[in-house]
Amino acid sequence: MLNKDIIVDVPTVNKIARLSRLDIPEVNKESLTNDLNNILGFVAQLDEVDTSNVEPLASVTGHKLPLRSDDVNDGNIEDLVLKNAPESSSGFFVVPKVIE
Amino acid sequence: MSELLDLNLVEASKALKNKEISSLELTKAYLKSISDTSSLGAYLEIVEDKAISMAKVSDKKLIDGKARPLEGIPLGIKDMFCTKDIKTTASSKILENFIPTYESTVTQNLWNDGAVILGKLSCDEFAMGSSNETAAKGNVINPWLKNKKMSPGGSSGGSAAAVAARSALAATGTDTGGSIRQPAAFCGITGLKPTYGRCSRWGIVAFSSSLDQAGPLTRTVSDAALMLNSMAGYDQKDSTSANLKMPDLMDYLDKGIKGKKIGIPKEYTQDGISEDIVKFYEKSIDWLKDEGAEIIPVSLPHTKYALPAYYIIAPAEASSNLARYDGVRYGARQEASSLDEMYELTRGNGFGDEVKRRIMIGTYVLSSGYYDAYYLKAQKVRRLIKEDFENVYKKVDYILTPSTPTTSFELGKKQDPLTMYLNDIFTVPASLAGLPGISLPVGLDNSGLPIGIQLIANSFDEPGLISTASVLEKCAGFNFIADGAAK
Repeated sequence: MLNKDIIVDVPTVNKIARLSRLDIPEVNKESLTNDLNNILGFVAQLDEVDTSNVEPLASVTGHKLPLRSDDVNDGNIEDLVLKNAPESSSGFFVVPKVIE
Repeated sequence: MSELLDLNLVEASKALKNKEISSLELTKAYLKSISDTSSLGAYLEIVEDKAISMAKVSDKKLIDGKARPLEGIPLGIKDMFCTKDIKTTASSKILENFIPTYESTVTQNLWNDGAVILGKLSCDEFAMGSSNETAAKGNVINPWLKNKKMSPGGSSGGSAAAVAARSALAATGTDTGGSIRQPAAFCGITGLKPTYGRCSRWGIVAFSSSLDQAGPLTRTVSDAALMLNSMAGYDQKDSTSANLKMPDLMDYLDKGIKGKKIGIPKEYTQDGISEDIVKFYEKSIDWLKDEGAEIIPVSLPHTKYALPAYYIIAPAEASSNLARYDGVRYGARQEASSLDEMYELTRGNGFGDEVKRRIMIGTYVLSSGYYDAYYLKAQKVRRLIKEDFENVYKKVDYILTPSTPTTSFELGKKQDPLTMYLNDIFTVPASLAGLPGISLPVGLDNSGLPIGIQLIANSFDEPGLISTASVLEKCAGFNFIADGAAK
């Protein structure tokens, strides 16, 4: 069950963390890398399955995504939208400065 | 007090309608039992005032003869359901102060039918886990063998523990790969995951959108039928909601199973499954046979690949769904000088280890160069798993399996994420295929822990599932109460 193959190394983990926008403390990186290798090693079993003529399945509903008419059906709830924001001002979400 | 707690949902509903009891006294009995069993840690939030006021409204309706289907029934709600003006955290630090300004469709359906909210129940963080140990505020304790501190299962661990401890008459749960059925099995109660699309996902904190499904955790099969009657229904606000009317499930109880074909998949009796579970699985097969069912050995050849496919698909969808927690629109924020650093610190600090692992796995399998090898491959295997079930349902009406490979385990004992994932080996295949499944308690193992058996039906055959489960429930005659339950 515990596949010891190295699939990801620490630099790759750094890259994935960056893509995921996750700050990972340096001390946790080795054990995280180890966990990810175990999990990726486990899921690699799928290579045994012949899927050459199989279409991928994204949804089990069997129905087409329904469309609605493009009408406004709510609105005027600015205060509700902003209610849980960590910081807001004059009806806007506030974030750290993006452009110098 | 004890007599009130002894009533299951269907019995309490009858007693309320016959005016033998009031919702206020029933609700107060449950509020007391929440405080009596607080050491289990099942509740994250208790809304006493709201419960009392809803109970009073219900009592008025009952007196006026205008009782709705769940009038006056006190429920616990898994913290994955957004509840208007009531804190909803998904057991995560990143949502520790989140107060939704809207109500999830499923909970709204319950309140529209007269149910009373007691509070919000703990779960694994963002429903990612099988032991309730990933919850930001700590694990829940299983009321069975309470002093040994066993896991209630997960992710709906608080829901299952509360129903087993009699601190909620019933509870809602969500199930992505087994999160209703596995904790129900560990806590000796009934847990039903409906067909994907049966219950609206609107207002439920999203984990893996192609798999997430809400369902009830209850004491009995008929309680589950009554709960699902109210929870289910088409909802325009969920594009995957099925526009299909579900018949009244209460009409399908105790119909008998003479001539029904029950499939026994050979892949579900593998190494590592506990002997006591095998014994009760065989007993369950015999019971159904004695009731006139035809037992048919079947094969679901891709079963072995369900768990690896799941641990690509679910983290991939989770990494995408959880991108919304950016410290901008809601949730806790860590201050930083740049926007990117703010994102990284907010998310690094707000998510727990298991959630981070899954986001990382999901991001990796979706990243350029790996998408085809992992994600697309898993989606192809998912189709093969679904086709396995479709082939078997040409020959049988229902499939019977154990719910879990083992009974509950001691908290803190399983440190390795992969060992934890194996808990869901029997529940994940039906999730990938979108099929309805129910776990019900059939006996105790030699240490006194409950054993769950799972029935899986074809898509949208909840009526048949309820019908068959009610027969098995009667045969098993499970009437044990957890030692840690409220008296």
